[in-house]
Amino acid sequence: MPWRLLRFALNKKHPEPRMFNFHEKLKSSYDVVIIGAGGHGLAAAYYLARDYGITNVCVLEKGYIGGGNTGRNTTIIRSNYLTPEGVKFYDESVNLWQDLSDDFDLNLFYANRGHFTLAHTDSALRTMRWRAEVNKHYGVDSEVVGPEVVKEAAPMIDISCGGHAPILGALYHAPGSVARHDAVAWGYGRGADQRGVEIHQQTEVLGIDVQAGKVKGVKTSRGYISTNKVLCAVAGSTPRILKMVDVKSPIYIHPLQAMVSEPIKPWLDPILVSGSLHVYISQSARGELVMGASLDPYELHGTRSTLDFVEGLTTHMLEMFPFLSNVKVMRQWAGMADMTPDFAPVMGKTPVEGFYLDSGWGTWGFKATPVCGKTMAHTVATDSDHPLITGFSLDRFRNYALTGEKGAASVGH
Amino acid sequence: MKILNCPLNGPRPVSEFFYWGEVRPMPNPATASDEVWADYVFNRNGAPGVKKEWWCHTPSNTWFIAERDTEKDVVVRTYFYEGED
Ligand SMILES: Cc1cc2nc3c(=O)[nH]c(=O)nc-3n(C[C@H](O)[C@H](O)[C@H](O)COP(=O)(O)OP(=O)(O)OC[C@H]3O[C@@H](n4cnc5c(N)ncnc54)[C@H](O)[C@@H]3O)c2cc1C
Repeated sequence: MPWRLLRFALNKKHPEPRMFNFHEKLKSSYDVVIIGAGGHGLAAAYYLARDYGITNVCVLEKGYIGGGNTGRNTTIIRSNYLTPEGVKFYDESVNLWQDLSDDFDLNLFYANRGHFTLAHTDSALRTMRWRAEVNKHYGVDSEVVGPEVVKEAAPMIDISCGGHAPILGALYHAPGSVARHDAVAWGYGRGADQRGVEIHQQTEVLGIDVQAGKVKGVKTSRGYISTNKVLCAVAGSTPRILKMVDVKSPIYIHPLQAMVSEPIKPWLDPILVSGSLHVYISQSARGELVMGASLDPYELHGTRSTLDFVEGLTTHMLEMFPFLSNVKVMRQWAGMADMTPDFAPVMGKTPVEGFYLDSGWGTWGFKATPVCGKTMAHTVATDSDHPLITGFSLDRFRNYALTGEKGAASVGH
Repeated sequence: MKILNCPLNGPRPVSEFFYWGEVRPMPNPATASDEVWADYVFNRNGAPGVKKEWWCHTPSNTWFIAERDTEKDVVVRTYFYEGED
């Protein structure tokens, strides 16, 4: 709490600025309507206002700011992907992350930890060599290292994983980082709000008015808005919105779960991912172990969490870190991941004029928040796909030209 | 633990089952255009609803159909496949 608030309380002579302005009413029309106040929607609003001077914009959010996957993810940031399109795109995002805290004047707790993807099999090592070469070609810091380097970086690890799955090596990515997810949404939201964008929480989009193939307006739980441009950035709700505009896509929804332990003394600096054991772990600044596993095995449009998940995750964690056996689970939760067949996103223009998509972000979209905001702002403002996202267009499926990124997915799916 | 009712083995924990997506009619590969085929291969009805899905009880390799509400995760019924209706 700001000290001046403690000192002056609610004294009218010393008003305390709010993080976001509250708007009593929706206007009858906007230049751009953004659906979803997650990191992606708010980042697009921010760059539309800051870089293109487009401020007659509203962001509609059915729940609260950052309450979707933005506030549910395990915040791993990296750019060691597999395809040239992916590497260039995520690398630009990592660059944008560097000065975001300054840009927002808000501490995002961006912590550069280094990221190891562990290989327990020869075939996993092979994919890592491939990734390392693609990464280096595009100037991304990435190399294959031996098990002794892993052991040195995380001395508490059992390199043999209980004898079941000995670690043969790892892909090491020095820029790998974590950040405070809520703050990212708040920073972009506040920056957009200060530049005149309206953020309306508790406002659900119920339908989209399309006439002769063009967007004309949006039906919301608080009335109708006319607009010619709609950006859909709703992650796990994407198929519901696509149904409103009658656009087909390969996106399907499975839950992704995560959990944190009680806080313990700092012992783990890097981020560790094991594709074969289907788990990943990092330690937060508060000392909690932040952990996740692979996608839930079947389609579900809900955020329930399961015992199966914690059972499987802790079993594999104990193979890597037997000394954690007394540590307690503090919280578990789930988000709805918008998956694609090639593990690349679906972004850009669509067959409906004025309807733009930022979707297919599945289990990997937090790291891309800044670059998605930038590229989607460009795409919406100029009505043409930003050069960095042309490999991610919805058309690629019709053209059998997929952007195969599965080999760079963090855990098996 | 979630329980699914296998038409052959009765109620079993969901971890014994494998999910294979919505039942979808396949266009004739010999005559379908590239566009129709791409639509079949890639596109999905991703929105929630009561869907007919393929499931397999893996220990007994029993394939069957489950009608499931994909928003509430409630299985309405399970039965053996009897061809397209
Ligand atoms: C458990 C978990 C772990 C993850 N870990 C990582 C990770 O380590 N690294 C990484 O890069 N990515 C990770 N991800 C993926 C990442 O969280 C997402 O890709 C990213 O946060 C998507 O952001 P978004 O802003 O597009 O969507 P969201 O944050 O989900 O925002 C979408 C918003 O749209 C709103 N909305 C939906 N429908 C409507 C409607 N009809 N009207 C109005 N509003 C609507 C929702 O309420 C929501 O707030 C993880 C995801 C999960 C679930």
